[in-house]
Amino acid sequence: MIDDIRHIQDRALAGLSAVTTLDDLAALERDLLGKTAELSGFKKVMGTLDHDARREVGAALNAAREAISEAVAQRRSELEVVAAVARAESERLDLTEVRAGGDAGHLHLVTQTIEELEDVFVGLGFSVAEGPEVEDDWHNFTALNFGAFHPARDMQDTFFVGLGGPREVVMRTHTSPVQIRVMENQRPPIYSVMPGRVYRNEATDATHLAVFHQLECLVVDRGITFGHLAGTIDMFTKAYFGPGWTSRLRPSYFPFTEPSAEFDIQRPDGTWLELGGCGMVHPNVLSNCGIDPEEYSGFAFGFGLDRLAATRHGVTDLRELASTDIRFLEQF
Amino acid sequence: MKVLASWLNQFLDAPVSPEQIAAAFDDLGTPVEEETRLGEGLDGIEVVQVLALRPHPNADKIQLVDVDRGDGEALQICCGASNMAVGDKLPLATLGTVMPDGMAIERRKLRGEWSNGMLCSTRELGLGDDHGGIMILDPSIPLGTPLVEALGIEPDVLWELEVNPNRPDAMSVSGLARDVAAKLGVDFRPLNPPALVGERSEFSWSSTGPGGRDSRTLADSSTVTVEVADPVGCGRFVARVLRGVRPDAATPDWMVRRLTALGMRPISALVDISNYVMLELGQPNHPYDLAKVADATLGVRRARDGETLVTLDDVTRTFTEDDLLITDGQDRPVGIAGIMGGADCEIGPDTTDVLLEMAWFDPTSISRTSRRLGLRSEASARFEKGADPGVIEVAADRFCELAAEICGATTEPIQVDVRAKLPERPLVRVRTARVNSLLGTDLSAGRMAELLGPIGFEAREVDGDLDVTIPTWRFDSATEIDVVEEIGRHEGYRNIANRELTEPRAGRLTPAQRERRAVRRLLCGLGLAEAQPLPFLAPGQLAAAGLDPGGIELVNPLVAEESVLRTALLPGLVAAVAHNHARRQHGVGLWEIGHVFLPPPPGQVLPDEREHLGVILAGREAPAAVEVWQQLAALFRLESPTLENADLPGLHPTRGARVLVAGETVGTVGEVDPTVLGRHDIGERVAVLEVDLGALFSAPRRSEAYRQISRFPSSDIDLAFEVPEVISAIDVEETLRSTDDLVWSVRLFDVYRGAPVADGTRSLAYAVRLQAVDRTLTDAEVAEVRARLIAAVETTHRASLRG
Repeated sequence: MIDDIRHIQDRALAGLSAVTTLDDLAALERDLLGKTAELSGFKKVMGTLDHDARREVGAALNAAREAISEAVAQRRSELEVVAAVARAESERLDLTEVRAGGDAGHLHLVTQTIEELEDVFVGLGFSVAEGPEVEDDWHNFTALNFGAFHPARDMQDTFFVGLGGPREVVMRTHTSPVQIRVMENQRPPIYSVMPGRVYRNEATDATHLAVFHQLECLVVDRGITFGHLAGTIDMFTKAYFGPGWTSRLRPSYFPFTEPSAEFDIQRPDGTWLELGGCGMVHPNVLSNCGIDPEEYSGFAFGFGLDRLAATRHGVTDLRELASTDIRFLEQF
Repeated sequence: MKVLASWLNQFLDAPVSPEQIAAAFDDLGTPVEEETRLGEGLDGIEVVQVLALRPHPNADKIQLVDVDRGDGEALQICCGASNMAVGDKLPLATLGTVMPDGMAIERRKLRGEWSNGMLCSTRELGLGDDHGGIMILDPSIPLGTPLVEALGIEPDVLWELEVNPNRPDAMSVSGLARDVAAKLGVDFRPLNPPALVGERSEFSWSSTGPGGRDSRTLADSSTVTVEVADPVGCGRFVARVLRGVRPDAATPDWMVRRLTALGMRPISALVDISNYVMLELGQPNHPYDLAKVADATLGVRRARDGETLVTLDDVTRTFTEDDLLITDGQDRPVGIAGIMGGADCEIGPDTTDVLLEMAWFDPTSISRTSRRLGLRSEASARFEKGADPGVIEVAADRFCELAAEICGATTEPIQVDVRAKLPERPLVRVRTARVNSLLGTDLSAGRMAELLGPIGFEAREVDGDLDVTIPTWRFDSATEIDVVEEIGRHEGYRNIANRELTEPRAGRLTPAQRERRAVRRLLCGLGLAEAQPLPFLAPGQLAAAGLDPGGIELVNPLVAEESVLRTALLPGLVAAVAHNHARRQHGVGLWEIGHVFLPPPPGQVLPDEREHLGVILAGREAPAAVEVWQQLAALFRLESPTLENADLPGLHPTRGARVLVAGETVGTVGEVDPTVLGRHDIGERVAVLEVDLGALFSAPRRSEAYRQISRFPSSDIDLAFEVPEVISAIDVEETLRSTDDLVWSVRLFDVYRGAPVADGTRSLAYAVRLQAVDRTLTDAEVAEVRARLIAAVETTHRASLRG
């Protein structure tokens, strides 16, 4: 009988090592150790044996069950490893094949430039003002001290709009009308910058646009001098372009400022870039806005943004700034 | 304005280097736009003579020229020009010469034939603008002479300067010299020609008169008359008479070179003298053939409407009452005052006697006429800025001096001088403290006077301030601030110390500006690209986009395709998609923030200008655009954002909606109308959203207050209703959300149409999450809320719960 038990155990162990799936293992485990298992049959015959024999057979049976249980557990852990490996393999992904369906979007390079400039000026204590792109003669010219037939009007080729009287409504030729609107609506002190789109009736080419952008800076307060103008331009130059940059002012003419100047900025390598125009706000302009020029003085400076934006990215034809081609837009 | 260093130096008391002059120009506000070194690079150019001309065997446009350098040998040159004949003397750039433009002349083969140098045009030599052919030289020049020697060329510098409207004085060589001399601290030597008709009178802005008529008797007892009938348009009119002009008089080379360098074409001795005086002194002037001027009388009056004149350029000009004319003794027009003379009284080869006009015309009048006629001349450019009424007699004497020298003319010892109205330029009180407080300087009154004196602003100290006389050559200056600028200019902008703004100030963006940036970030976050198309549309582009065709138009567009102001961003964005689609760039997602221009509201001249946001999603259906709107609405916590399905212009008839916040329309959303897509050859669906940002930013918002989250488990219930098609799914959701405080969130998770759901309705299934902050809800509470939600939806929306 003992031999029979040993024989059953040997067969069981051989069977276990042949099982290859966890499901087969579970079925075999039931066959070997369940209520209907062969070894369970010995319990019935045990009662017929004498005491010593019963103890001997009992011990053999327990040993066999233990050995089989152990083998089942071991086989299970072996097969679980195999199954995990198989599942992992079945889920394999090649992550180098992944491509994003979209990207982080694109701000137009002019918008990027305007935001950067606004941030610099906000940091210098300025607020940002805006105004309409279609303007009346008063805000675009007359209040800015352009006489009705002053040759200075020829300096700015103008798009006239089919509203109001002849030449009464224009596409604004500069952001300066926003100066007038700010001064009409706010008492000094005024520390404002005015970015925006402007329009000139000029044939476009690689370096000239009919629709472009400017940013203007206006300060009106007590005791503002030409020295403050030069100092503020220099501070802006360093804040925006970098500490190694400097600026200079050269006499020029604008109807709405006097004294007037052009301002150039100097790169760290010593070369110059003509950037914009500036000057002390003309007393007539202050008076036109109801500000007493004897009490307050002010300065303004302004420049075009498009070339700044384009140069930074090596865009040599400014006309591309109006491009709606995704190949252009997605580069910024 | 162009100017030569040699000419300028004639007015300076000490020689000044071109470098110093150029730097001074930059510092004075007449910056150098272009500098040309003349007479340089001509070292290897020699005078040669043509021996023979032969066709090139292999090239039609090149001929072979045999030239003699003086040794009698024939030297073969290939030449592209054909204006020379055998025997002509020409300039030859010999081998080894480096031309003014840097090109080195080498022996080389052109189409198989050797060329041993280059024959030169005046432009190639930097001596003029003529590139029509080779420069033909005076036949008397010996062969082999260096060109520099043959032409008496001395090295010179030509500057082209930018001159602003506030610098009438900078329109003449002497005026520029005065300014430069003051800057460089050398003495200015004004021109002082012999006074041919007696002592020149002192002249100031107050040397005015009533206009009218003045006559003088000439040597032959005839009279010469000037009559100024418009004393406002013509402030001064001086006339002189010159006799005995030699018909064969030729303009001397030195004058030709100067005129040419400054951009004026030499014409005849008298015309050249006239131009020379204008360039030198800034005084435009006009010599008439005395014999052709009826009654030797010149008048100035306004034109009659429709009056005409054939001008020197052979164009018939028609006038209005605004225009100022010069007339003769028969009241016939002989010139447009200050702009251009008439053809009838023109100086010609037969002219022996000259009636010379030197006048001052009102800048505004000249500017208006010149602009209206589209006719600009060197004279009008000067009168427009404001000429110098005080230089007239010097200019007249200079003209007579040169005419005597060059043409052998004698001047009658008379001068007609009619004085009329000049602008008022009273003494200007310049406050020392005011100057320093504007410039940020600490200059004394004495120092200011020192800066002003050399440019003719005579300053007299009065109680520590200055009384300043405005010189007659500075029409632009009239007030204290003008003088401040002159002080700053001559003190030097670079000598004014930089100052920092010291008032403490907080800079910040406005809420709308910050929120506009938030919109930009959101759209970038959605992976979309910002575009900035032109705001001008072509006629018909609004209609092509399905919108109302009426847009505000430009009066003077650059091109018709850019002549209408956009009333919406949609047309530009659809065109952008079409552009990309045509290049097989499908599925682009673009956005734009920009102004649109609607008709002016009643009582207003300016358009109703608004800032819009446009989003366009090619290859996407309407829901994609709705999702963008919902993200915007969530970003700004808009109060009750909703949609109203509608058939809207430009949008797909059954896939469009108005966008509303708290009942007010702020935009539109949907898909672009297939008809519009067809017109633009777009073969994919295009979703679109356009929102008025001003309306959006000012729309009511939900409270910013935080809603406490619960530590207790939540309960979820799903509710499906049959809802009539006319009821908005958003409204049902809003009812579920607002009926009970225990509702934490509502989500529409399924929409179903078809059996067994009744026709004209659809099934809307919502997942509702219930939550209390202080407890776990009991089954009874959940059941109670559920019942209330069902009742609310059923009664409010004619809906029924599905079983």
